[in-house]
Amino acid sequence: MTIQEIQEEIVDEFSMFEDWMQRYEYMIELGKSLPLIDGQYKTEDHIIKGCQSKVWVHAEMKDDKVVFTADSDAIITKGIIAILIRVFSNQKPQDVINASTDFIDEIGLKEHLSPTRANGLVSMIKQLKLYAVAYQAQLN
Amino acid sequence: MTNKNTIAAKLDVDVIRKDFPILKRKVNGQSLVYLDNAATSQTPQQVIDAIVDYYQNYNANIHRGVHSLSQEATDAYETAREKIRAHFNIGKRHEVIFTSGTTHAINLVASGFTHFLKEGDEILVSALEHHSNIVPWQMLCERTGAKLRVIPMTMNGELKMEEYHRLLSERTKLVFCNHVSNALGTINPIEGIIGAAHKVGAAVLIDGAQAAAHIKSDLQKLDVDFYTVSAHKMCGPTGVGILYGKEKWLNKLPPYQGGGEMIAEVTFEKTTYANLPHKFEAGTPNICGGIAFGAALDYMNTIGFEAISEYEDALVDYATEQLLAIDGLKIYGTAKHKTSVVSFNIEDIHPYDIGTILDKMGIAVRTGHHCAQPIMDFYQIPGTVRASFSFYNTMEEVDKLVEAVKKAKSMLL
Repeated sequence: MTIQEIQEEIVDEFSMFEDWMQRYEYMIELGKSLPLIDGQYKTEDHIIKGCQSKVWVHAEMKDDKVVFTADSDAIITKGIIAILIRVFSNQKPQDVINASTDFIDEIGLKEHLSPTRANGLVSMIKQLKLYAVAYQAQLN
Repeated sequence: MTNKNTIAAKLDVDVIRKDFPILKRKVNGQSLVYLDNAATSQTPQQVIDAIVDYYQNYNANIHRGVHSLSQEATDAYETAREKIRAHFNIGKRHEVIFTSGTTHAINLVASGFTHFLKEGDEILVSALEHHSNIVPWQMLCERTGAKLRVIPMTMNGELKMEEYHRLLSERTKLVFCNHVSNALGTINPIEGIIGAAHKVGAAVLIDGAQAAAHIKSDLQKLDVDFYTVSAHKMCGPTGVGILYGKEKWLNKLPPYQGGGEMIAEVTFEKTTYANLPHKFEAGTPNICGGIAFGAALDYMNTIGFEAISEYEDALVDYATEQLLAIDGLKIYGTAKHKTSVVSFNIEDIHPYDIGTILDKMGIAVRTGHHCAQPIMDFYQIPGTVRASFSFYNTMEEVDKLVEAVKKAKSMLL
């Protein structure tokens, strides 16, 4: 699926929830199911700055696609990362760079996050895109 | 068991709550339960009125105008200084220096001590400090070559006094400690700390930011050299506070900032400084803030600090008992003497996750390291959830907190 298609799918899923409680329960479930980052990458180098809970992200190229793995010590944060990974992982670097992030507003994620979490979300997306930029530069 | 109904005798919380307009508001569709009082307290109508009155009726610059408005503003500002003096039983009015808050006050002292310290001297700070109380001293040590030494704490969150006595020596020039720990609520034995420091000739600065809303301190009796307070922790506005200093120390310390108000005479060759307190009050101060601080003290004194602390003790005892009944919940900071703060975690759950769910239920708590990372490192935790109570909180709000924590736990585990 393209990034656009995945985003539409997520927007659809979130539109079914009636209240914040269901949304959070869903995000917590996603967090619990997040494929964990390999232990060797849970180091200071892989921590995203700007998140108040710890977030580690690792990126690697498989064939012509960038694959992200991540972890956090907070479960709701993990749920947010799980959504981002679903959207951006296994995609071509150029597509990650070009991707719009409007879906975050559409699923009402930002308004339901505390300001510190919302800042963390921005930092996370920035970091994923930076990885994609780096890999794209290698390809060029 | 704490009886929910027997303790309200001295303080009518239903009447008090009517004074706080913000307590009526809804957050995320729920009635606000405000339990982040250690970060900042809410503002009663009486203080809001003082702020409005100032801007509507006598907003003017102080200490320099010839006109009536300026005189009225000056009078009100100096009356506030007098109220603060009286509240803390400070000897002289000019020993009350208005600052922007505790952090500013501590930096003022740390900056001044640059002139009194040399290599080999030592500054003692407690392990229970807020970052704002650690960094200025580290900077002072970098400037002077003095050494920072730490008074260690126990697992209960109490200072190890025998270690403190061991650390004190003729090398100790300054001892710094908070009156109450912001992260854990521990009330430190400052009488003993001050007395022992004076025996070796060291000066003592006590940070009263967390204490002043709960404990009415007699600063002359304490014989403390410096004491700091922030108005916004005790029903006043943000951006204003005081440094109390003994006259002999304030005379010795050089001015902290240059500007208007703090000078006696200025030529391009030489400036002579104004007398206390103006020597430390460069520029136009937070006039309205100072006046509102006075109104906040009036408000709290009308209720009475004895009634306030008795009521808050009952709240925190009840909250502690109810929270501890939750399986896997651990409270950090179990000192014998503490204020109305409960800092806790639930096993295998990150404090941010709990805080996020509580917020959705209208409950405001603080999560994180509370600007006291060394304490969190000591307990080897990323942070805690901190509920801090004020005299306008109710037993029913404690019940709501406990229910919300249970709900969060069931969602997150």
